[in-house]
Amino acid sequence: MKICVLVKEVPDAAVEKRIDPSTGRMDRSGEKNLNPYDTHAIEAAMQIREGGVVSVEEIVAVTMGPESAVRALHKAVSLGADRSVHLSDQALAGSDVAATGYALAKAIDRESPDLVLLGQQSDDGECYTIGAVVAEHLGMPSLTQVIKMDVESDALRCERQAEYGYDTVQIQLPAVISVGDAINEPRYPSLKAIMGAKKKPLDTVASGDVGIDTSKVGGDNSAAQWIAAKAPPAKAAGEIIEDEDTAETVEKIVAWLDERKLI
Amino acid sequence: MANILVYALHYNGAINKNSLGAVSEGARLAAELGGEAHAILLGENVPEALAASLGDYGAAKVLVAEGPEGLAQPLVDAMAAAISGGGYKYALFGGGLLGFEIGAGLAARLGAGVAMEVTSVRAEGGELIAERPILGDSAISEISYRSEVGIVIGRLNAFEAKATGAGPAPVEKLSFELSAHASKAKMVTRGEQRGADVDIEGAEILVAGGRGLGKAEGFELCHELASAFGNNAAVAATRAVVDAGWYPYAAQIGQTGKTVAPKLYLAAGISGAIQHQVGMQSSENIVAINTDSNAPIFEFCDLGIVGDLNKIMPKLTEAVKAKRAG
Ligand SMILES: Cc1cc2nc3c(=O)[nH]c(=O)nc-3n(C[C@H](O)[C@H](O)[C@H](O)COP(=O)(O)OP(=O)(O)OC[C@H]3O[C@@H](n4cnc5c(N)ncnc54)[C@H](O)[C@@H]3O)c2cc1C
Ligand SMILES: Nc1ncnc2c1ncn2[C@@H]1O[C@H](COP(=O)(O)O)[C@@H](O)[C@H]1O
Repeated sequence: MKICVLVKEVPDAAVEKRIDPSTGRMDRSGEKNLNPYDTHAIEAAMQIREGGVVSVEEIVAVTMGPESAVRALHKAVSLGADRSVHLSDQALAGSDVAATGYALAKAIDRESPDLVLLGQQSDDGECYTIGAVVAEHLGMPSLTQVIKMDVESDALRCERQAEYGYDTVQIQLPAVISVGDAINEPRYPSLKAIMGAKKKPLDTVASGDVGIDTSKVGGDNSAAQWIAAKAPPAKAAGEIIEDEDTAETVEKIVAWLDERKLI
Repeated sequence: MANILVYALHYNGAINKNSLGAVSEGARLAAELGGEAHAILLGENVPEALAASLGDYGAAKVLVAEGPEGLAQPLVDAMAAAISGGGYKYALFGGGLLGFEIGAGLAARLGAGVAMEVTSVRAEGGELIAERPILGDSAISEISYRSEVGIVIGRLNAFEAKATGAGPAPVEKLSFELSAHASKAKMVTRGEQRGADVDIEGAEILVAGGRGLGKAEGFELCHELASAFGNNAAVAATRAVVDAGWYPYAAQIGQTGKTVAPKLYLAAGISGAIQHQVGMQSSENIVAINTDSNAPIFEFCDLGIVGDLNKIMPKLTEAVKAKRAG
């Protein structure tokens, strides 16, 4: 079995995210990291490999992003991927969800994987949907938010929480699965794996290399157009107490609740 | 014609409340565009009366497609078939997991623009403009569409259901072909309820616990505080802890759980992710205890305590008991 894992470079959780008013796009300066949700997808791939039900020949990390995104690939490789593919092209900048999913599907198609894994959401884009877009382009069955996945030779038995409780769905491979963060506890990379990550094969490709029609991608060609970004309506800030002396803190909470007749 | 096709989720003979909201919103927007809102339902033997009942929420017509329930890709096929007949300018979805998947799949199929987590939509010059909060709701982006069909996926509870009393809508059968990949997923079991069947909806006070409780046993702190408040208090939970098996699904608040609005919602060890927030933001008073002063919950609570719940909750329980006894 060959598994492709989609990973993304996102601003580090500690960096305040903002829109650059001059371009209307996200300000991508500052510290970056591998999208934490994607580490669960890599871990899921590793657990299939180590589970022994099927033999996993290759785990390939795939990203679309600027030059700096190679660091997310290195991280992915240190967590277990065997090699990586970096789709990088100025023509892709500013692509919306649909265009990003289309471009990623093209890059994945060339790899002919049996399984494509994604994280449940990107920390910056928060679209929750790239998996569904990629699946449609690849003509594969798919499911998002999967929290349990058992491999049964040519199929997967997946569980997830949907609107009315837990669903169990049987999916034939090849398939596209986005995993929820409850699926596993990602491992930490070993120092050796971190050191060795840069030596693993990394294939950098441009739009033309994977057959992307550039009239369908990039900010200007995307079907959803950002026309403006504005500040949300200001709301009255709540009262904040820093707990230093817990007895005092509790007294304040009780007084606050009492004032509102909640006790 | 500028018609709007609205997806309606149904289960066990009832239409999902968020879908009713989407139909109402679709009807409002279609009227502004000079078109009609049509709803679409897919399932095995969908009762005609159930489909027709969407007329009461503003659907001018309801399409019913026969297919496997609870999966997204059959609906992508069905909605694409309906749209290929012409007349639709937008497809609209209420907030929910399936809506996200169907809307995204449909965008890929049609080469359409899509906006998700939409909190408000307006019609301007015969086009729709969607508002979507981004970056942890610190900004709102406005999105317009330049594809033939635009796709709008709402945030949970963003659209209000309004019964108009218009009566039943005409129901039409929609025939469509299931694509090869859509037939490769099979529902094995649907809507399994995990854990005890607790009732939280009537409670005036909810003490909710999240991953910050550290382990399943951490819920004891919530139970003790809830019982200190008395009979009208119950314990609720986030998806993170429900998925981890720490607490029953029936007590989960949020996008794939319940929507509640108690007098007091006390959140302990909960970060305040948007999917949780949408299920409890209408609570009259929100109190949060969290060690991380940057946790999103501090952006929308009424009283926030930056501190360790293990230190605060036992003392708070004692103090509430003493106050009630005194
Ligand atoms: C499609 C979809 C649907 C979803 N549906 C739901 C839903 O219905 N309901 C839901 O809740 N979520 C839902 N989620 C998940 C949601 O995005 C969050 O992951 C989840 O709400 C986080 O739960 P949490 O706050 O318990 O955990 P975390 O986000 O991990 O937060 C734990 C918090 O505890 C704090 N903490 C740690 N230790 C302590 C301590 N000792 N004292 C005080 N504070 C402490 C931490 O600072 C942290 O802020 C959904 C997600 C998706 C993508
Ligand atoms: N530019 C990208 N390159 C590779 N994978 C991506 C990219 N954007 C999103 N993904 C994947 O899609 C998942 C969901 O992202 P999103 O739909 O943006 O919330 C992420 O967890 C990643 O696995």
